[in-house]
Amino acid sequence: MIKVIIDGKETRVPKGTTILEAARALHIPIPTLCNHPKLSPYGGCRLCLVEVKGNRHPVTSCSVPASDGMEVVTSTPLLERIRKTNIELLLSDHPNDCMVCEKAGDCTLQELAYFYGIRENRFAGERRIYEKKDANPFIERDMEKCILCGLCVRVCEEVEGVSAIDFAYRGFNAKIVPSFEKALDCEFCGQCVAVCPTGALTGKMWSYKGRQKDVRDVDTVCSYCGCGCNLTLHIRRNEVVRVSSRDDTINEGWLCAKGRFGYSFVNSPERLKTPLIKEKGTFREASWDEALDLVANKLKKIRAKHGADAIAGLSSARCTNEENYLFQKFMRAAVGTNNIDHCARL
Amino acid sequence: MGTGGIAAGGADVMDVFKKRLKEKGIQSEVKKHCSMHKVGCRGLCARDVLVDVIRYDVKTTYQFIKSDMVERIVEEHIVRGTPVAEWLVPEDYHHFHDKQVKVVLADCGMVDPEDIESYFGAGGYEALRKVLSGLTPEETIDVIKRSGLRGRGGAGFPTGLKWELTRKAAGNPKYVICNADEGDPGAFMDRSVIEGNPHAVIEGMIIAAHAIGSDHGYVYIRAEYPLAVERLRKALQQARHHNLLGENIIGTAMDFDIKVKLGAGAFVCGESTALMYSIEGKRGMPRVTPPRSTEAGLWKLPTCLNNVETLANVPSIIRNGAEWYASFGTEKSKGTKVFALTGKIKNSGLIEVPMGIPLRQIVYDIGGGIENDKAFKAVQMGGPSGGCIPVEHLDVPVDFESLTALGAMVGSGGLVVMDEDSCMVDVAKYFLHFTQSESCGKCTPCRIGTKRLLEILERITAGDGREGDIDLLLDLSADIKVSSLCGLGQSAPNPIITTIRYFREEFEAHVTGKKCPAKVCRKLLAYSIYEERCKGCGACVRVCPAGAITGEKKKPHVINPEICIKCGSCVEACKFKAIGRE
Repeated sequence: MIKVIIDGKETRVPKGTTILEAARALHIPIPTLCNHPKLSPYGGCRLCLVEVKGNRHPVTSCSVPASDGMEVVTSTPLLERIRKTNIELLLSDHPNDCMVCEKAGDCTLQELAYFYGIRENRFAGERRIYEKKDANPFIERDMEKCILCGLCVRVCEEVEGVSAIDFAYRGFNAKIVPSFEKALDCEFCGQCVAVCPTGALTGKMWSYKGRQKDVRDVDTVCSYCGCGCNLTLHIRRNEVVRVSSRDDTINEGWLCAKGRFGYSFVNSPERLKTPLIKEKGTFREASWDEALDLVANKLKKIRAKHGADAIAGLSSARCTNEENYLFQKFMRAAVGTNNIDHCARL
Repeated sequence: MGTGGIAAGGADVMDVFKKRLKEKGIQSEVKKHCSMHKVGCRGLCARDVLVDVIRYDVKTTYQFIKSDMVERIVEEHIVRGTPVAEWLVPEDYHHFHDKQVKVVLADCGMVDPEDIESYFGAGGYEALRKVLSGLTPEETIDVIKRSGLRGRGGAGFPTGLKWELTRKAAGNPKYVICNADEGDPGAFMDRSVIEGNPHAVIEGMIIAAHAIGSDHGYVYIRAEYPLAVERLRKALQQARHHNLLGENIIGTAMDFDIKVKLGAGAFVCGESTALMYSIEGKRGMPRVTPPRSTEAGLWKLPTCLNNVETLANVPSIIRNGAEWYASFGTEKSKGTKVFALTGKIKNSGLIEVPMGIPLRQIVYDIGGGIENDKAFKAVQMGGPSGGCIPVEHLDVPVDFESLTALGAMVGSGGLVVMDEDSCMVDVAKYFLHFTQSESCGKCTPCRIGTKRLLEILERITAGDGREGDIDLLLDLSADIKVSSLCGLGQSAPNPIITTIRYFREEFEAHVTGKKCPAKVCRKLLAYSIYEERCKGCGACVRVCPAGAITGEKKKPHVINPEICIKCGSCVEACKFKAIGRE
């Protein structure tokens, strides 16, 4: 453990801890746009610059590890001036459309603009104009709102291992693009959407369904597979309008395409809400008790007439481990057969 | 013959010499007394093509030689022994060399860059033999440390210390990289050194490898330097052939080889961390430090990256000793520095001077003064990262500290001289245009900030400058300098800061007076015809591409400012100096 002093407060942190992490442990806020605790440090937004005693120039707190006895100051007139200038520069090349932006209220750039009180922009000038051209049903890319923080590029490479997108062009024209600037055609896991600090990346199906302040959060577990990823459903007017995941969960906040975007069945009018029993060629709604009684009786009849091995059970990868365990136990102990299998074994 | 010499016709001259000597049947005769050599850059590009004729140990130098002049030189000088007096270099040719001290360039223009034997003849690879036979890596590092050699790529980091840090860093293998991605506009030092004496760089790299304990080296060189690449590759092959590279170098236990990696034209790849990513096949974007490259550089392994000129100094330092090298220069800036002297100067070319030499001596003694004897205005040093030095600081000693104090820098060694016809706002705009388009786009201040600086400069030179623009430029420049990620952004505002510091009134003339005092910024100019001088000849009407000039024959004409596109063609066409530009 090493000792660091940040803004006069002393703390002890393990070796290798960055100044930013140490400051956060002390509840000292340092603004960032390109930092993510689970991704490699980048140092591109320049907002997290802090002054370190003995250093001639400010350093990026997101990348510099704290050293023993280090004395750090996170806010000085110089640092605040630099932060304001850089936020102003970002906004000078950003559409001024918070009024209709999906991300409003949940946007780091908007928050910073508010805290730094930026109204007039000293640097107003040319803005990048890009056409939206993706046809996929999942990810909306509004590259005019991109601040080149590179979080999407890093999450795609470091977490997904896919590298579907990267930087292209130089300077003011630098841009995040899929290979050869074709339309985005990836796994659509949406991790990039999850880490984007602005409205550059959003879910296509989210648009105009409700912004962050309008929704109610309900935590649940994904029903797509046995991984059991934790989901947070965002609900407005009793309708799921988008899905995310908290980063302190078993899946660390990461989701796949199904978990993140495959939620429309919840609101589908065709969705089954009760068991159905087929009578004379047509289904009718039934209660769970009635349906389970029917199945139990039929199984008993078959076993009595043909023996237990006339029955086989096939369970689903979408069930949890515990559910699958119970099902095989039921087949072996209650029904009395080893004819039990699972769809993922194929 | 470097790229410049060849462009001036050097290769043709050489061919005609060969042909004529053959025709005269005196080839063998010539061979007895001398040999014919193609050499690297001689320095004084302004006088190309330069030819030395050494006849019975008497060296005679010709300037401005064209291929049709060769016959007379062969006939009169080589055959009959009478030099062609009117083509000889005048006295000032020697002044160009008087104040120079050549360490790196000592053999440039003397040895044949494509022939290792020629380098051996000049003492080549003796330093390597000395190191491998008698100096431990630590002793080698000590010599370099004591010599005071500092990085010649611009930052001036002590070379010996860098070698020591890499040697001590944990990790294996370690890498030596030669940075030959010279990209500053107006700079051609590194290209000339590789074109003129590639073996000196290779020898420097092998010595560095010995010192840090490396068996892999890279030369990262721009693809826009085809001749340098060709000569470097040839030299590497010859060095391998002589067992100076490869396994068990000259019978010792040392293994070391060098790969050539071509840069694809991004200026930012001259930044060391971006350069290493580029070698790895990734996008050339600088990364945050720490860790330093000496600890985690190429492929996250300890890497020592030195500039071409730095490495080319090494063999001389080893051969002649640290004290000899340290005897040149100032207390903190030892040795010599190569500069590419260009711009409005009489003797443009490649020069090498001791550190600490007054700038005035470079401009007036070596450079011969300003072209057409116009007034000196400023020197831009260090390219787009550097700054302008005005006439009142012309006596500044050229060393790392003194130049930094003035807001300029030694930089890689570009030295562009400007005369009274240069507009300093335009100069700042030129450099900002360069840095803005070469920014990698990673960090906010450089990506958007330099763009905004350029936009402000553009509106100032277009006559749309607003009150407060000059201070806005300075404020934004200061923030970009302190908050950018790499050297490119941190130094990009330097041309603006120094031009405003020394030529603020010129900026003010543009912003408030809407005038360009140097008459460069086209949109601020107005063309008019002096009635009393105009003869009505119609020459201007015929050249005007916009049809802006009208008038009856033999009567004074007029320019319609609404139509005039300010191209200046009429001024050139008028024989009576009747057209004014304000």
